Amino acid sequence: MTATGIGASVRRKEDFRFVTGKGRYTDDVNRPGQAHAYFVRSPHAHATINKIDATEALKTKGVLAVLTGDDIAADKVGGLICGWMIHSKDGSPMKAGAHPALAQGKVRYVGDHVAVVIAETYAIARDAGEKVVVDYTVLPANADTASAAKPGAPVVHDVAPDNMVYDWKLGDKDATDAAFAKAKHVTKLEIVNNRLVPNPMEPRAAVGDYDEGNESFTLYTTSQNPHVARLVLSAFIGIAPEHKLRVIAPDVGGGFGSKIFIYAEETICVWAAKKVRRPVKWTSDRTEAFLSDAHGRDHVTHAELALDEAGKILGLRVKTIANLGAYLSTFSSSVPTYLYAPLLSGQYNIPAIYAEVDGVYTNTTPVDAYRGAGRPEATFVVERLMEVAAREIGRDPADFRRQNFVTQFPHQTPVIMCYDGGDYPKSLDKALELADYASIGKRKAESARKGLLRGIGISAYIEACGIAPSAAVGSLGAGVGLWESAEVRVNPVGTVEILTGSHSHGQGHETTFAQLVSDRLGISIDNVAIVHGDTDKVQMGMGTYGSRSGAVGMSAIVKALDKIEAKAKKVAGHVLEASPDDIEFKNGKFSVKGTDKEIDFASVALQAYIAHKFNGQELEPGLKESAFYDPTNFTFPAGVHICELEIDPQTGVVAIDKWTAVDDFGNLINPMIVEGQVHGGIAQGIGQALFEGAVYNKDGQLLTASYMDYQMPRAGDLLSYDIAVTNTPCPSNPLGIKGCGEAGAIAAPPAVVNALTDALGHEDVPMPATPQTLWRAAQRAVTKAAAQ
Amino acid sequence: MTAVSMTVNGQHVSAEIDPRTLLVQFLREHLRLTGTHVGCDTSQCGCCVVHVNGDAIKSCTTLAATCDGADVVTIEGLAKGDVLHPMQAAFRENHGLQCGFCTPGMIMTAVELVRRKGTDLDEHTIREELEGNLCRCTGYHNIVKAIGAGAQAMGAAAE
Amino acid sequence: MYEFTYHRPGSVSEAAKLAGEHADGKILAGGQTLLPTMKQRLAGPSDLIDLSRLDDLRGIEVKGGVVTIKALTRHVTVATSADVKAAIPALAELAGMIGDPAVRNKGTIGGSVANNDPAADYPSACLALGATITTNKRAIKADDFFKGLFETALEEGEIITSISFPVPEKANYQKFRNPASRYALVGVFVAKTGGHVRVAVTGAGSRGVFRVKDFEAALDANFAPAALDGKSVAASGLNSDIHADAEYRAHLITVMAKRAVAAAA
Repeated sequence: MTATGIGASVRRKEDFRFVTGKGRYTDDVNRPGQAHAYFVRSPHAHATINKIDATEALKTKGVLAVLTGDDIAADKVGGLICGWMIHSKDGSPMKAGAHPALAQGKVRYVGDHVAVVIAETYAIARDAGEKVVVDYTVLPANADTASAAKPGAPVVHDVAPDNMVYDWKLGDKDATDAAFAKAKHVTKLEIVNNRLVPNPMEPRAAVGDYDEGNESFTLYTTSQNPHVARLVLSAFIGIAPEHKLRVIAPDVGGGFGSKIFIYAEETICVWAAKKVRRPVKWTSDRTEAFLSDAHGRDHVTHAELALDEAGKILGLRVKTIANLGAYLSTFSSSVPTYLYAPLLSGQYNIPAIYAEVDGVYTNTTPVDAYRGAGRPEATFVVERLMEVAAREIGRDPADFRRQNFVTQFPHQTPVIMCYDGGDYPKSLDKALELADYASIGKRKAESARKGLLRGIGISAYIEACGIAPSAAVGSLGAGVGLWESAEVRVNPVGTVEILTGSHSHGQGHETTFAQLVSDRLGISIDNVAIVHGDTDKVQMGMGTYGSRSGAVGMSAIVKALDKIEAKAKKVAGHVLEASPDDIEFKNGKFSVKGTDKEIDFASVALQAYIAHKFNGQELEPGLKESAFYDPTNFTFPAGVHICELEIDPQTGVVAIDKWTAVDDFGNLINPMIVEGQVHGGIAQGIGQALFEGAVYNKDGQLLTASYMDYQMPRAGDLLSYDIAVTNTPCPSNPLGIKGCGEAGAIAAPPAVVNALTDALGHEDVPMPATPQTLWRAAQRAVTKAAAQ
Repeated sequence: MTAVSMTVNGQHVSAEIDPRTLLVQFLREHLRLTGTHVGCDTSQCGCCVVHVNGDAIKSCTTLAATCDGADVVTIEGLAKGDVLHPMQAAFRENHGLQCGFCTPGMIMTAVELVRRKGTDLDEHTIREELEGNLCRCTGYHNIVKAIGAGAQAMGAAAE
Repeated sequence: MYEFTYHRPGSVSEAAKLAGEHADGKILAGGQTLLPTMKQRLAGPSDLIDLSRLDDLRGIEVKGGVVTIKALTRHVTVATSADVKAAIPALAELAGMIGDPAVRNKGTIGGSVANNDPAADYPSACLALGATITTNKRAIKADDFFKGLFETALEEGEIITSISFPVPEKANYQKFRNPASRYALVGVFVAKTGGHVRVAVTGAGSRGVFRVKDFEAALDANFAPAALDGKSVAASGLNSDIHADAEYRAHLITVMAKRAVAAAA
């Protein structure tokens, strides 16, 4: 391992600009003559729009335009799309209600886009926005997941009169019923997976620009996948053909899924730029972000686990209602289906699994992928069931898990996935040791002496990431392929530019990708530049989500580097007067096997461009290669997280005392960055378990629309985590790496809730387990204990 | 309109502004100092923290007009050319940032924290003092580490 | 924010005159509550009277068993004042629990007390310590000052100039934070002054800060946590929201009051 190669905790190349305030985020972009947009949003969850009167607004000095759904329709701007087709049990396609970028006749959630005011300044636009008079007829709202599709519930879209987007299933119902029929013990759980708001610290923003001379558009936007944005804006929404639309996602301040999607606001900014012949800028404020960024999770689930007399799992049955909100966001339909149910086997041998998922419309903000996307929900179901089942049958939760672990690979689950490798007992053993699991009894007794309730909770998670083999996801309904592209441009002096379709918004690609190149080509990391986030520079890409940038994005770079090496060997062969087959490449030097003749990489690059030493008709000059990499499987990171905590039963306040994480991410490129990803994931997972929850009232008003009511995890709420890794290299990609970005958020919630319920004498608690919730549960636990 | 003059990162600036201009708007939109960020509307995220007369304050909850005559330092004013301030260097060394959006506010908060509480900061103190700064990426683990190390480095640099 | 006319008076009398002239105006002290409210367009004052130049409204004095804090004194100054820490440590601790460090660097005691946010911390200290609020016109007893949600005895054109706190024998403030906003969900200030105990509760009451006479009587008889055993505030007058219903708040008041007594004793 070199100091900057694979496996080294190289300090990040991008940090100088970030710590000096020189990062360039979308809101930092200002175009000459730029105007500002303010969105008039629906204050009602559900209403018909009778009339929009912009007369007064248009009279305001500095207002350039007020545009509504009528203008969208007149310009034939296409609706926002959902790019993953899900079929119901009867084979019928999901029911996708129209999703115009500005409402047409009806609003379906608080925050829905009614009109846009474009003015010289944001203040003027906002002042004028308040003068846009909208005449609504308010309709009853449908805002509750569990009852959204019950008879009589208000209908959100006419295409789905029962509010069912789909009723979907996965697995073998008959086999699962048979497994339950012979079970000695069945554990049953009612689970609510709470709705979350992603909250990257950078609010979304967009600047649309139209070049009249070239009849071309440029959109600067806070996107995790600018090429997908370009594709959707071109092919579906119809702003401009791809060669006339450039999408730039500069520095992006966190995404966590919420910046995957193509939203109304950026669509309007780029469309309106041509209408008003001025660049148009919009930056979300935080309350708008709460209302309009796609939310995450929001499941109501009934789950059952069947065991035999020895504690072996026989089957798993799950019925989930998934709230998809008022419209189908870009990838929403896939999240509670193919990103969820295929993970229900967890780390365990489960012979039969059957899952049903009802996707429902409600008058709430659209729900889509948020860090983990489906996999946290699946892991929560599995790991809560495992914990509760162990307690019910009087087994140690760790031993019960170990008994049911998958130990042979490859392992085909009954729900699509084929696990290609792992060592689950090893991670468990290591975690139990680091957590000092054996002496928890002593620590519980110490807490009890202080009047406090101590608990410990295990979560043995698996996830499928590095998405995904294109043909496989295509067969499941995906509208796109999930490969990645890379281009390696070697300059004549031997410096290298890597153009990648992955996008970094905190993950440190400029460093890890450069490490890969430095390692492979034997050149200084300072001589490698990573170029991403601009569709005019990078030809194509699928972006960053589903922990895919390493496993898929870097694999594409490896593939392009293979081509570079092959071509460079030919050049070196000519220079060294040897056959390319006799050329070896090691530590940045090309040499002739068995001789001391060698030439370094930079010199070969120069020779490739000078082209004096070879026949340009037989070997093309230059050194530039590109590759598209389509993965052959998902990657399957897995691990064990253990949470230990203490509850003050007098107040319900909980303090997490110790967090142990042992993760198997395969080979690591940059351990420092991997650890950082785990830290952030755990924090979001703890946030889901203890702090965060979007709450709607029955009228569909979001009661948690700012940080005054939505509790973001703060430094003082959290702790320093004990992190360790195990390594079974991933067999399906050339680097042997697995995704690490989502693991913490997937693993953490059940670890916390298992610890809470352990402390509370097995009293169940909903997430987020706020002090009030825990106080009440503690009272019940104390009462129950006294009665026994 | 209201006239304001102040010193920003050692430079004298003056302008005629709409009185409702917040200090952060003045910095970002008038002076194009875009290192100071806005992450919320309710004074809680701390992405906008700058120093006014040596105090760390939220520039989104301060009128530019009120800062007339003040000495303002932003994240852009911390490094000396290419030489990072010890706290900036500590954030980089300890991987105390990911997306970088909260980072300027975190660093400005941390620098003032050291001025108030000294260079030997325990974890509990650092976590309590970050009450007004949100980060969504790092889980705070490495921010806490970075501030501890940066504080020590500030102490060493001052000796 | 809505548009407003900005004023920056050079004296209290000028400020008071401006405030009197502009009935729909607002006084800007530290602005840590007012400006967010204006940004969200929940307030739209016609005029903003910025007190930031009134330097003679800053400072702390301890004399004759009374701590007098001038109105524009920032929370950070109170929290770190050696004089306050020596005389009424609970008051310094309370100031150090308000908002966050950046908010404490701007927010002022006068602004907090004049705003009388039902979840603010200072009003509980004022009531429990029997403070006197001095304005440009008169002196008002804390018991007469707080009139309900965001309501005070202040009249138009009246500006707080200082707040005086008699030094107690014992005092402590226990704050249970709203987990999201970090304002007081329940804050209980207990003080024993001149042999008599006062207990003031903020954050919980549907009409703002209030005293708990029942607790006071019990603690007068026996200043110990056990004196509050079995005692509670009726939930009927307390706030309910997504973070805490009235029953939980009522429970927390007793818990926090006992903890305050234990810490003070």
